[in-house]
Amino acid sequence: MNKTVLDLWVGLFVIAGIAALLFLALKVGSTSVVSVANSYEVVARFDNIGGLKPRAPIKSAGVVVGRVADIRFDNETFEAAVTLRLDNRYAFPKDTAAAIMTSGLLGEQYIGLEAGGDSRMLKDQDQLFITQSAVVLENLIGRFMYGQAQEGAPQ
Amino acid sequence: MHNDNLVEIENVEFGYGDRPVLKGINLTARRGQVIAIMGSSGCGKTTLLRLIGGQIKPGRGTVRVAGESLGELDQAGLYRLRRKMGMLFQFGALFTDISVFDNVAFQLREHTDLPEDAIRDLVLMKLHAVGLRGASQLMPAELSGGMARRVALARAIALEPMLVMYDEPFAGLDPISLGITGNLIRRLTDTLGLTSLVVTHDVQESLKIVDYIYFVSEGVIVAEGTAAEIRASDLPYVHQFVHGEADGPVPFHYPAPSYADDLRLGKQRA
Amino acid sequence: MPMTCDWENSVLKQSIENLGNSALQGVRRIGFAARFFVAVLLHSGTAFRRFGLTIREMYFTGVLSLIIILVSGLFVGMVLGLQGYETLQTYGAEEALGVLVALSLVRELGPVVAALLFASRAGSAITAEIGLMKATEQLSAMEMMAVDPIARVVAPRFWAGVISMPLLAALFSAMGIFGGYLVGVQLIGVDEGAFWSQMKSAVDLERDILNGVIKSVVFGVAITTIALFEGYDAPPTAEGVSGATTRTVVASSLAVLALDFVLTAFMFRGLN
Repeated sequence: MNKTVLDLWVGLFVIAGIAALLFLALKVGSTSVVSVANSYEVVARFDNIGGLKPRAPIKSAGVVVGRVADIRFDNETFEAAVTLRLDNRYAFPKDTAAAIMTSGLLGEQYIGLEAGGDSRMLKDQDQLFITQSAVVLENLIGRFMYGQAQEGAPQ
Repeated sequence: MHNDNLVEIENVEFGYGDRPVLKGINLTARRGQVIAIMGSSGCGKTTLLRLIGGQIKPGRGTVRVAGESLGELDQAGLYRLRRKMGMLFQFGALFTDISVFDNVAFQLREHTDLPEDAIRDLVLMKLHAVGLRGASQLMPAELSGGMARRVALARAIALEPMLVMYDEPFAGLDPISLGITGNLIRRLTDTLGLTSLVVTHDVQESLKIVDYIYFVSEGVIVAEGTAAEIRASDLPYVHQFVHGEADGPVPFHYPAPSYADDLRLGKQRA
Repeated sequence: MPMTCDWENSVLKQSIENLGNSALQGVRRIGFAARFFVAVLLHSGTAFRRFGLTIREMYFTGVLSLIIILVSGLFVGMVLGLQGYETLQTYGAEEALGVLVALSLVRELGPVVAALLFASRAGSAITAEIGLMKATEQLSAMEMMAVDPIARVVAPRFWAGVISMPLLAALFSAMGIFGGYLVGVQLIGVDEGAFWSQMKSAVDLERDILNGVIKSVVFGVAITTIALFEGYDAPPTAEGVSGATTRTVVASSLAVLALDFVLTAFMFRGLN
């Protein structure tokens, strides 16, 4: 086999392989990691996080603004301490509310941020004070049935 | 000048596992000579070549090539020495994935920084010396056995070595190729000032071209001498070996004293 | 006749001895293979200094494996499209077809199936070639010409395989996603926008794609090491070489599947 023909084929092979990698990287996948350099972290405490997992998206008005960096259990307050990593491009007021939501009926859980009216903005390592825990289906059903029973009792 | 012995082997013993192959071999090869090492199949001739090439180390004794003891050389030293050696393997051992030209050019490209033009000239010269300049663009698979061996010879002398070893250069060749190969070994040795070590069991062909002959049997040298001395020798083993093949039917492939041979033949008749 | 329990000659003792013997042999071979692997790494200078040698081998391992990789990738993707659609439509989630196809290919099928095909296409060829070079004394001849066969013959093949494998796996995955797209969007009629956008939001660059690439590099190292070692270690006979070729395919396929389990356990258990 002629050496230049061989080189040409290998060159084409490498180009095709790299093109396939780029296709996978750009067209198929998307990066979910907010890089540490371009982000700031805030902590939110929840009574119950339901099925929230690290790397879950953080959305505000439906737009992804960050990712869950870490979830810990605080053994003093018996709450879940969730570290949110937010993109530097987005600034939120101090009194922003965080809620754990579910996309669709059975979809994955994410954190929704509802901006408040404070004029001061959140800084790195701040804490979110207004939080709303995950809706746990069993509790909901339980409350619903309890409510039904109470309604029915006086009659 | 150390002396004019290029290869000196002293009391070399070697065995594969528990099986001893060489049991105290002494052998010297003077510069510019063609030396034949003869003996029946499996008597350790090829092992001897591998020892001289440094591919295996002797269990005891010393192997010296150009005054350097092979047992004491490290990998780099061994490789440095091997650049001055050429070896012709039994069936040529040409690299089957590259052309005849590239086979001969292999060492030049690996070990020198010569420009491609110079390599081309050198390769064609070597191929011309073995009469195969016209075959330079063929692949090894397209060559006959005799041609493959001549290409391998051209490859072995590509770096102008001081020592060339031949492992059974005559095996499986037709009479014409056999004569050509024999003459080539002699002529190249004389014109290039090489030393040649030929391992063979082809007595008639080698007696025509060699200067000195060693007979190996059962791991020891049983006889040595010039071609004329060997022809005239009346040692039973040598006599049988030299004249046996001319007689034809006697199988030579089993080294044994002649009376034992007789017993075996007697058993076959019974 | 009294049944004496003759321990010295008993079948039990024999079989225990056989077992011990083969265990020792196995351990010894693994040791040789490990030393071989280290020697290849140490003698890799030539493979990079004279990159032409490696490029030449990339032609034989990479380019010649292209057809089988591309065609298999396309068909695997098309089958995933069909089967995935059947399952997803029961839950009314046809739009997630892109996610299913892409995740299965990028995480598992791409690296693993491409590696299995690579083992049988390129690995067996490498073993047969090296084994034959050994049997015909070409490696000995090279050594006698003061050229180290590990550096000149083995290392370029090793690096060619290690470089080719991730490229082939990526091509397999890309081709498979294209096959899933053909069946899902063009044939069945899943919404094209949903197919791509859901895929894009569910497939993570680092967790899915990068881990897939890491897997395929590890598989490339394993397959080429096994193939080269089996060839280099093959008895120099026809049966020796054919046996070594079979062992390459069997051993490297098993190694790929076992390594895949280990890597998956590390990559995906640790994160969630």
